[in-house]
Amino acid sequence: MAGMFIDVKVDAKIASDPEAAKKLVEVCPVSIFAQENGGGLRIVAENLDECVLCDLCIEAVAKGGVEVIRLYDR
Amino acid sequence: MSILITKDTTFIVQGITGREAVSLTRENLAYGAKIVGGVTPGRAGRDVYGVPVHDCVRDITAKTRVDGSVVCVPPRFTRDAVFEAIENGVRLIVVVTERIPRREVAQMVELANLRGARIIGPNCLGIISPGEAKMGGIGGPAEDTRKAYAKGPVGVMSRSGGMTTEIANTLTAAGLGQSTAVSIGGDAIIGSTYAELMPLYEADPETKAIAIYSEPGGRMEAELAEWVAEHRSRLPIVAFMAGRFMDEMPGMRFGHAGTIVEGKADTTTDKIERLRNAGISVAERIEEIPDLIRQRLAEAV
Amino acid sequence: MRFYEHESKALFARQGLPLGKSGLARSGDEARRIAAEIGAPVVLKSQVLSGGRMKAGAVKFADTPDAAAKAFDAILPIVVNGQRAESVLVEEKSPIAQEYYVGVTWDGRRKRPVLIFSDMGGIDIEEVAEQHPDHVSKTHVSTLLPFTPRLAKEAVGATGVTGPELNRLTPIAAALVEVFLRYDLTLAEINPLARLDDGRFVVLDGHVDMEAEAREIHRKLLEEIGIRPEETRQARPPTDFEIRGAQVDAADHRGVAGNVVEFDGNLGLVIGAGGGSLTLFDAVRQQGGRPANYCEIGGNPSVQKACELTKLVLSKPGVEKIAVMMNVVSNTRVDIVARGVVKGCVESGRDPAETIAIFRIPGSWEDEGFKILKKYGVEYCDRSVSMYEAAGKAVAKLSAGGTT
Ligand code: SF4
Repeated sequence: MAGMFIDVKVDAKIASDPEAAKKLVEVCPVSIFAQENGGGLRIVAENLDECVLCDLCIEAVAKGGVEVIRLYDR
Repeated sequence: MSILITKDTTFIVQGITGREAVSLTRENLAYGAKIVGGVTPGRAGRDVYGVPVHDCVRDITAKTRVDGSVVCVPPRFTRDAVFEAIENGVRLIVVVTERIPRREVAQMVELANLRGARIIGPNCLGIISPGEAKMGGIGGPAEDTRKAYAKGPVGVMSRSGGMTTEIANTLTAAGLGQSTAVSIGGDAIIGSTYAELMPLYEADPETKAIAIYSEPGGRMEAELAEWVAEHRSRLPIVAFMAGRFMDEMPGMRFGHAGTIVEGKADTTTDKIERLRNAGISVAERIEEIPDLIRQRLAEAV
Repeated sequence: MRFYEHESKALFARQGLPLGKSGLARSGDEARRIAAEIGAPVVLKSQVLSGGRMKAGAVKFADTPDAAAKAFDAILPIVVNGQRAESVLVEEKSPIAQEYYVGVTWDGRRKRPVLIFSDMGGIDIEEVAEQHPDHVSKTHVSTLLPFTPRLAKEAVGATGVTGPELNRLTPIAAALVEVFLRYDLTLAEINPLARLDDGRFVVLDGHVDMEAEAREIHRKLLEEIGIRPEETRQARPPTDFEIRGAQVDAADHRGVAGNVVEFDGNLGLVIGAGGGSLTLFDAVRQQGGRPANYCEIGGNPSVQKACELTKLVLSKPGVEKIAVMMNVVSNTRVDIVARGVVKGCVESGRDPAETIAIFRIPGSWEDEGFKILKKYGVEYCDRSVSMYEAAGKAVAKLSAGGTT
């Protein structure tokens, strides 16, 4: 589920990689990413609108792995 | 010229690894500040945007000239941090932290007076000499700062950090730059009041006029009015007084800690009268400030 | 934060200041019982956070326990400067030989505490200072050097007091300075301090103000004295709306959305920061607007916090539209506030374009913020529009709606 202003899309390969998930959880200052018990990635929907557009998640993984979408831009 | 800081001023940031301190370090560096070190106990060896972090102020002052410090640590550590800076020979201390009890502020000020140091703040955004350097979060990111502030003849002093930038922005848009703008802090007791900074502006040949933002509460405006009358200041002053509605509500707290109206001399009505009697122009709105300054400058010639 | 007289005296007692026998009564029966225990004539004083009790008739004397109960019933309903009492202090009445004044407060110009002493107590100290300046002394106290009683002695002696009085007054004045410093007070005042016929000294009336910033440091003390954390002790008690405002601020540590104060107008204000809010509130009134509330946002609040504040303001009966305004911001982000207020409107079931009369927050991340506002059809302006003009735009929209 997207937020009202922000959506975050994660490449399926990254989302299932526990290492990448761990990194994303670490870098995001507003806790948009969480790690499931199995190590996979979960997006915390209620935090999406708090995104500060810092791009740290984008820089944390391979290029194109994470996309931060400004829904008001469309 | 300018007052307090120039592009050659070297300073440190105490509490440099904190959230607010990290961003002000980046913003100050981007505006050309010479930050020669940072302090966070237990974090020595790290760096913040290339600024080396140390455990103690002494570790920096032992090797480098340190003119100033921006103190950005939580309230209960602030007094100690300020003492540390003063006792290691730092002479200009900008205290960003808010919510420090008055007694501790008084202690900092008393030690600073004993040692010949100057404190700006607490509860302030710092100092900017446009085109030279800034010290503190004043103006925000460098590109925003450049939009609001420009070099010029007006000295700005303000009890509100945000309104410092609002006033500078209004002046800049009207073609009047600033020599140095100081966010003096919103607390009841602060390190440097209007009247205490006036001699510095007075001595700065580039400053031709002063704009101040003031609020209800305290006797700082009365002190300024007396200073101006006594010293026959060469500088025309234009003041803006916010919080006029508070006169009707004594004892209520709005705005900064320093604004509470405790007596008649604290009301905006009383302050405006004192300022006017001392020959200070009082603007009804922020946007009148540039014209009033131009008028006063024209009269002076 | 002002203390009631009985709370002030509880604090004085901790420092060993001399007090008469007393008890706090919440009913006529309690007043009777306390008077009987004291076993002597008593004085009953309404407990309100305001001066002028004597003038309002909220101080009465009683020679017997029954008279005390009657006096209680007479005092309780009396409103003193807009304040209604919930309790009455019943205190031993003493034969007085002379009254003194002792006070400690901050001198903002000297940036030090100042001990004020006068041998003409019981009346307004400012008046004494004007008419009998040689009977008032002002002595500044260091906050760095340890406080020793000689300063108190000098303060007392400066008004011409000498002999055994000097020696008995010195420790009292010194104790008051110590209370002041120890508990982060902004005012500690005894007026009057009485010398009784038998030579003893007693604090008859006194009051203290504690600095709001220091409440946390002295939490335990406040608990013991019975001051609850939610008591604001402003000039009037907080309204329901204001209490909910404080809850919005406390629920999320990211940034500030606080100091909500209720007014009775139709224009809701989401304004900031400290100085900006004061300026904007004035501007709305100067433009003929009627604010529904005062508030201060700042310190870069979260989207959630700005949203909750917006919902709170919109929930207030009579609020037709809101104005979202700040000075040029450098720390708070325009886009984050924009998201918060738009979301707050939507979650309140209102159309942001209709509800937000004007959005005037220029500064950091403004381009991003303006994109959001454009998308939702909200009227916004940049730094070329002054705070005063923006307030005017908001007020004009309300009148255009045919109300007021
Ligand atoms: S851009 Fe920053 S705030 Fe937004 S999701 Fe990525 S890491 Fe989190």
